Amino acid sequence: MTKVAAPRPSLSHRASRWFSRNLIRIYAGVAFFYLFIPVAYTFAFSFNDAGKSNLVWQGFTLENWKNPCGAPQVCESVVNSLQIGVISTVLATILGTMIAFALGRHKFRGRKTTNLLIFLPMATPEVVLGASLLAMFLNLRINPGFWTVVIAHVMFCISFVVVTVKARIASLDPRLEQAAMDLYANERETFRYVTLPLVMPGIAGAALLAFSLSFDDFIITNFNSGIVSTFPKFVYVSAARGIPAQANVIGSAMFFIALIIVIVGQVVSRQRKKS
Amino acid sequence: MANSKVSQDTGDLKLDRVSKHYGDFCAVDDLSLVVPDGSFFALLGPSGCGKTTTLRMVAGLEEPSAGTISIGDTDITTQKSYRRNVNTVFQNYALFPHLTIFENIAFGLRRRGLKDVKTEVENALNLVEMGHLAQRKPNQLSGGQQQRIAVARAIVNRPEVLLLDEPLGALDLKLRRQMQIELKRIQTEVGITFIHVTHDQEEAMTMADTIAVMNQGKIEQMGSATELYEAPKTAFVANFLGQCNLIKGKVTNRANGKAVVSAKGHTFEVPLSRVATDNDSVFVGVRPEKLRLDDNGINSIKDCVVIDRSFVGTSTQYLVKAPWDLDLVVFEQNDEGLHDLRVGDKVSLEWDAEHTFALDGAQDINAGSDLDDEE
Repeated sequence: MTKVAAPRPSLSHRASRWFSRNLIRIYAGVAFFYLFIPVAYTFAFSFNDAGKSNLVWQGFTLENWKNPCGAPQVCESVVNSLQIGVISTVLATILGTMIAFALGRHKFRGRKTTNLLIFLPMATPEVVLGASLLAMFLNLRINPGFWTVVIAHVMFCISFVVVTVKARIASLDPRLEQAAMDLYANERETFRYVTLPLVMPGIAGAALLAFSLSFDDFIITNFNSGIVSTFPKFVYVSAARGIPAQANVIGSAMFFIALIIVIVGQVVSRQRKKS
Repeated sequence: MANSKVSQDTGDLKLDRVSKHYGDFCAVDDLSLVVPDGSFFALLGPSGCGKTTTLRMVAGLEEPSAGTISIGDTDITTQKSYRRNVNTVFQNYALFPHLTIFENIAFGLRRRGLKDVKTEVENALNLVEMGHLAQRKPNQLSGGQQQRIAVARAIVNRPEVLLLDEPLGALDLKLRRQMQIELKRIQTEVGITFIHVTHDQEEAMTMADTIAVMNQGKIEQMGSATELYEAPKTAFVANFLGQCNLIKGKVTNRANGKAVVSAKGHTFEVPLSRVATDNDSVFVGVRPEKLRLDDNGINSIKDCVVIDRSFVGTSTQYLVKAPWDLDLVVFEQNDEGLHDLRVGDKVSLEWDAEHTFALDGAQDINAGSDLDDEE
């Protein structure tokens, strides 16, 4: 580097320029690597010829994917989780949407307090919620099981639904409803043909959120499920003996199903915009 | 299904002593008004004058605190907006974003359970020349296109009264001029009563048969554009519609069909029919284009000085200082008789008695003068 008059910038200079120009991309790459390494790990180990414990790589096999219900109780717990998820989601979405409309559209005594109380379950530690719910069920002489889990899930999902739907309602232009009334739609028709379709994306988002929260929940479920097993509970319990590779298969499948739904949604909405 | 519930009365729209209060604030103050069936009527005023509130009460989106509103012989004061045979073109249009243009326009027809929606919608689309956009969504349209769709969506229902709330406010100047002509054409074609709310005096004057100038919840004056411009009855109207010169003076004599007003040693003649007050303290008013740079008219002011001059194409506008504390605006047409004065030149002004009017001198002389530019 002694020839200062060289027409091209020095190598180190060019390297640092390249680096600064691509800094964002490098950063994004590192961040995504960090985010997806557990997923990639789970996916890779779903092909492990594991036997009892799926902690050490033993060799490649497709057996786990061909027979995902191979491990005892794994599919039973998934079915439980799906059932609880769907029922809780439907109930929490209906109740939460109604609360959101009440809070977003009407003035009544105690509205501010209700607004605050809705946030409380989100702020309370799950362990505390789970333990107190169990105490409550036992005091009421209700045996913990499938329906106590549903009740518990509906309870903590409602808050998230309310917050999501309320945000959508708040962004709704009130003039659209006035325009509907002006165009001969009575209150019920206005709600059905204008308000509800416009709030629908918020409700759908809230339902997805509620389902994933319910499907995912371990802590509250563990307190209130009695002998009923859900997928997270199954994974936790079997961790002591070694998690079967079938759990990785189901986890990976869930991830890919979600991914496909997102991609399809994107493609559909892009095509809708084009036409 | 709701068809039979929508009132089908025809006739004039009447507002009788209508008021609207919001707490202590009085938006509309004891307003009475008759809009003849089939006319193009403008409610003109600065923002906050109560014109939009008045419109919303006619639409049924606000309920009056007092008074009655009726169409023909039917009292609609407390009727729900979806029962009224009245439709609105909203400010910023309020098109339904989740529906296609076709479904937006069909909305009112479907709610009333009418048959042959397709033909009606197509006719409405053709009326506003937007037939090719039927399957688009509102957010794929330009502002001007959305505006036309909003008009079509309202008009397709053949309402007794069509309300337009600052419909051209969001458009640029050129498009606005074009839409003014367009709206006027549509109104003539369908013959529905149009009530147009605007703060733009030029827009109101171009389009409306009758203009009601509103200020602080009351109607200042109502009449044709010519009447309001040539013979304003208040300082607010004189200043709000175009520019105006107002000179403070005192009536010294009323006889032979004319009033004589003296101001700072000058005397001005005003036809009695153009004197809007019995008060002796008056403002003598004259429009800038009525002033001539000469000194042999009935009304004249000598020994003035040009203090500003601007050339605006069709005319030259002078700001002229009278021998006392008074500035006058003069528009001189750019034709053969052009004076081409410079700043500092001495000049005399004259004008005809029949172009002069006199207003009550107890008002604020600047009322309405700085309001016409706001959005």
